[in-house]
Amino acid sequence: MVKEDELELLLQTLYQLYGYDFTNYAKASLKRRVNRLLVIDRFPSFAELFYQVKNDPDYLSHVVQQLTVNVTEMFRDPLLFKAIREQVLPILATHPVIRIWHAGCSTGEEVYSMAILLQEANLLHKSLLYATDINPLVIENIRRGIFPVSQMQQYSENYHASGGREEFSKYYTVKYDLVKFDESLKSKMIVATHNLVADRSFNEFQLILCRNVLIYFDRDLQEKVLNLFDQSLEKLGFLVLGSKENPRFTDFSKTYTQLTNNQKIWRKMG
Amino acid sequence: MAEDGLSYKVVVIGGSAGSLELVLKITQAFPLNSGAIFIAVVHRKSDADSILASLLASRTLLPVREVEDKETIQPNTVYLAPPDYHLLVEDRLCFSLDRSEKIHYSRPSIDVTFESVAHTFGAATIAVLLSGANADGAEGMLSIKQAGGITLVQDPSTAEVAYMPQQAIRQEAASHIIAADELPGYIRNMLEAV
Repeated sequence: MVKEDELELLLQTLYQLYGYDFTNYAKASLKRRVNRLLVIDRFPSFAELFYQVKNDPDYLSHVVQQLTVNVTEMFRDPLLFKAIREQVLPILATHPVIRIWHAGCSTGEEVYSMAILLQEANLLHKSLLYATDINPLVIENIRRGIFPVSQMQQYSENYHASGGREEFSKYYTVKYDLVKFDESLKSKMIVATHNLVADRSFNEFQLILCRNVLIYFDRDLQEKVLNLFDQSLEKLGFLVLGSKENPRFTDFSKTYTQLTNNQKIWRKMG
Repeated sequence: MAEDGLSYKVVVIGGSAGSLELVLKITQAFPLNSGAIFIAVVHRKSDADSILASLLASRTLLPVREVEDKETIQPNTVYLAPPDYHLLVEDRLCFSLDRSEKIHYSRPSIDVTFESVAHTFGAATIAVLLSGANADGAEGMLSIKQAGGITLVQDPSTAEVAYMPQQAIRQEAASHIIAADELPGYIRNMLEAV
């Protein structure tokens, strides 16, 4: 088990040598990630891990990938996607161009889910889906659009629970144990690395999704990132968070109204 | 007063298959003014809604909360790990959630919460491991015992599914092995004796 001072030392080094700032990540979870890294890379102790981080810049992207959580699914929390289908897309449909930001989207399952929703609503042609993550490695997967076939049964169930009426398999072709999603789905995706801790707002959106990313941040960093979203969201735009996440920042409740359902969707009124 | 200076106890309960009825009975036995913090981690389907929280709330006058991210930890409150998240304690005043890989095919994982509680609350912890078909919880029980906490394991012969308590006993993680019938009263007595 990594100790507090060792964790601090690692975080300081990642920041000073490479500019990755994890110091405002929630410690309990981050500690588990470091322990996990020690196990999967078979380091006998923290000292060996620390040595490799300091002396091998090529190891860095792997560290960043393992310290962050990259577990995601298509149509995860199907009722949320149902609410987006029924309550958000009809409003977005009135815009000439729909700009959507998936912040911290990991390997992109949610971005493909959104592209499917948009295509079924006949809105994909006038949408732009900005897909960003801190990890250069995981976002490569979004460009490829390749996912394990073993997941498809679960994703198909999620898709139907979200109100989808098509055969889910019409969206991909199977090759051995992988599937490749239709090129048309990614035609409107713009994929880039973006670090929510350090990078600024880069556009204005009508819809921002950031689900189960803020849980890894401490309260100060959460507030900072929510302010970044606020700056990046048009008036009357929508913000979607994870099912157990709550936006807490000064004046949030004055400017944002939660849609009248049990989902974590807020609309910017002010 | 606990060895590490905490004047209150943290009761953390882990249960899986066959544990629900006993979780409810234990909840019913919680004293109302002990100052303790109660945390339950129960394996269930990831798409389950909050039925379990309402079930718990029907058995106690204490407030029952399905934990949200960065929620403040308060005494005399029953907290429930939400489905499909690991529940951690960030410090003595704050929970955090984590949606990383499953542990023992489980999210929430009992081990994750137990280890986190052991680290933060140490000797003030009373951990309870109930019926289940899974090895989750045994390592976490050991962490709590090593941190000076007290670990109560349901007597496997009184468990609907004996595997989970057996694993904890096999790893010598049990301070006491207690029959299902006696657990609620046993826990209540421990809290009233503080």
